[in-house]
Amino acid sequence: MNLRRRYLRDRLMQLLVYLGTLVVLIPLFFILYYVFVQGIGALNWEFFTRPPAPPGEEGGGMLPAIVGSLIVDTLALFIAAVFGIAAGILLAEYPDHPLNPVLRLVSDVMAGLPAILMGLVAFVLVVQPMGHFSGLSGSVALALIMVPIIVRTTEGVLKLIPWEITEAGLALGLPRWRVILSLVLPAARGGIVTGLMLALARGAGEAAPLIFTAFGNPFLTFNPLEPMDTLPLKLYVYAISPYEDWHRQAWGAALLLAAAIMVTNYLARRAMRS
Amino acid sequence: MPNWLYQRLGDRLFAAVVVLLALGVVAAALAIVAVLYFGGREAFATFGFFGFVLGRVWDAVRGQFGAWPPLLGTLITSAAALSLAFFPALSTALFVVEFSSGRLRETVAYLIDLLAALPSVVYGLWGIFVLVPLVRDHLELPLFTWAAAHAPALLPILGPPTGIGLLSATLVLALMIVPYASALARDALELVPQSQREAMYALGATRWEVIRRVVIPYARAGIFSGVVLALARALGETMAVTMLIGNSVNLPYTLFGPASTMASLIANEFTEAEDDLHLSALIAVGFVLLLIALVTNLIATWMLRRMSHGEGRR
Amino acid sequence: MAEDVRMETKDLSVYYGKHPGVRGVSLPVHDREITALIGPSGCGKTTFLRALNRMHDLNPIVRVEGQVLLDGEDIYDPGVDPVLIRRRVGMVFQRPTPFPTMNIFENVVAGLRLAGVKDRKQLQQAAERALKMAALWDEVKDRLHQPAVGLSGGQQQRLSIARALAVEPEVLLMDEPTSALDPVSTQAIEDLLTRLKENVTIVIVTHNMQQAARVSDRTAFFLDGELIEFGRTEQVFTNPKDPRTEAYITGRFG
Repeated sequence: MNLRRRYLRDRLMQLLVYLGTLVVLIPLFFILYYVFVQGIGALNWEFFTRPPAPPGEEGGGMLPAIVGSLIVDTLALFIAAVFGIAAGILLAEYPDHPLNPVLRLVSDVMAGLPAILMGLVAFVLVVQPMGHFSGLSGSVALALIMVPIIVRTTEGVLKLIPWEITEAGLALGLPRWRVILSLVLPAARGGIVTGLMLALARGAGEAAPLIFTAFGNPFLTFNPLEPMDTLPLKLYVYAISPYEDWHRQAWGAALLLAAAIMVTNYLARRAMRS
Repeated sequence: MPNWLYQRLGDRLFAAVVVLLALGVVAAALAIVAVLYFGGREAFATFGFFGFVLGRVWDAVRGQFGAWPPLLGTLITSAAALSLAFFPALSTALFVVEFSSGRLRETVAYLIDLLAALPSVVYGLWGIFVLVPLVRDHLELPLFTWAAAHAPALLPILGPPTGIGLLSATLVLALMIVPYASALARDALELVPQSQREAMYALGATRWEVIRRVVIPYARAGIFSGVVLALARALGETMAVTMLIGNSVNLPYTLFGPASTMASLIANEFTEAEDDLHLSALIAVGFVLLLIALVTNLIATWMLRRMSHGEGRR
Repeated sequence: MAEDVRMETKDLSVYYGKHPGVRGVSLPVHDREITALIGPSGCGKTTFLRALNRMHDLNPIVRVEGQVLLDGEDIYDPGVDPVLIRRRVGMVFQRPTPFPTMNIFENVVAGLRLAGVKDRKQLQQAAERALKMAALWDEVKDRLHQPAVGLSGGQQQRLSIARALAVEPEVLLMDEPTSALDPVSTQAIEDLLTRLKENVTIVIVTHNMQQAARVSDRTAFFLDGELIEFGRTEQVFTNPKDPRTEAYITGRFG
């Protein structure tokens, strides 16, 4: 009986799996550790309330980037939600519609495209016609990233809503559109919100498509038709700059960003459960 | 409002709005392809499609644009990162699904999901300030000094030990795709019915034998399509790579030295592009990247459909 | 212990967390007989069955107390290897569990491959023998290398039986093996059981009293995790000693 050899192999593979897991977890743990330890020192009052200092000077903060992130991301989520939820409704509530196979393929493929390409598209379609960079063009780029996520989650959630709800509504004499709007969508609200949050978390961390759309702007602005800064963008610019104080602030931005995304993900999970 | 109007017209109107907005999604996807193709047309027309893709020189000053160097950089970093990431990612997924339970399982799974959601720029930042010095001082310099003393023939392959370059970019890229690949592999492993495991245990199998002969074969379609999706992500990964690879389009690349990928080239040069041809060449690089990403994604979808078996398909 | 007792539990209890699924059951399993475990659903008969080849080891929240003797040796002794026990005590589940990535032949010899059997001829002989025992040979002999998931439900279940038999277990545990099958397949498997007991000791859980009466030599009646009555099948069904057994077999509950 070669049972001993079989057990040896069992233990050996178990050891390898444990080692492989450690190889993954240790560096990833160190990333979180560094982001927290280096970032926490940079998060002070000035960081949240001041515009950046001129290059090379100490101090200054991230106010324009924080405001910019909020505006660009919210706008992007709004654009993506309108199209994404509608597409999800079409896929789930009109399953025989001829557009659906195309729509499903398109949203699956879009989900796998590199984010930077969305930036190129927004540059050509928004920045070039407008003649200048803008927060809005950044929102368009991010919306292209968010849409497939929203389509998928909306479709999935709506399909989980029991058909009885629709039937009950139709039996009351409500037209189909009232049933969808007043019965089905509210029943699916938790799941749809989850999808929106996941999309937001995904888009909020992107810098690549914003480099040549939102572009960045050291001055505080609330106008999305002007160039705007966002946290990931500022983080990138500061990280590759030669100034130590900017490096410090980049860690702060990283912590703020990571925390925001963690919270969003956490809330998304909670919304999914309820 | 008469009732029939409310019913019929409302339904028609609602359906029309929904279809119109959904068409917007389809139009956006078509726009991506069209914009990149037409945006890159000038470059393709100037150098020919294959002349552009296989052109070995990228020189903005002389107006000479060939996409081969960044294409090669993309393929090298992605393939290397994927091979580095594959076994650790599978291990982690196996650890979560097969080797742990309760609190530990939830914690590790949550941590992995968290790291999969961490933005690329954060990995890049960590790469610049933590990984690069580490790689430079403890990997590249010792190797370089050893090669200088014992095998000078290796030096042109190794390249300058600055820490910024192919090696660091690949390592961070591997770290970034591990959580993603691991989460996908975990999803696939979790779909394996417990009855399959029990049936193998009942034949007198050890845990590893159950994993090797039942669990992994059952989940292979999901695992492999996850691998391909992770590859797709690596191909298009931009920020962390841009921050670490050194952004040089000059061939030949060296192991330690600077290089570039298609995504990093676009991120790095786009705002500096002065003339139309340069801009068009960068968009053309985007089009090539799009084609590669499309093919990889379609392969992943195809694998999932083709390799799924009986119960997986339902 | 009587000469012909193959397996025996002594004061066996199984806990799910704090909840006891089986309480203090002592039951002999006689050699080359069919022992049927009957009782209403949730009575602990399946839980009891799974304790007989240490399947509960796979679930960390389940705890087993008491003894399970196999040829006089307690299978829960710290020195005993569950892998070896499961090889000696095979199991067939409620639903057929063909391995979808393996063909019919590989499914049957999966257990032998684990044991390291590589000889092609030996594997072929074992597969043929097991498939014949499971009364499946004639139906599949021409398509041994086709996927097992292409078989019908009844065939899949007989394949699962053949797979369990291929490793030549001493005891075969069956957990409601016909509950997911049509009457014809059920009949085929019941016929098979009577022939199998020439070689193997069988413990079968069934929710179908007629089935227990038809195929088994001895019957154990479980209720709320306890063994209420155990005896020869004719006796249990014609002359039950416990009023609760009588109530159950006459259909007054469950």
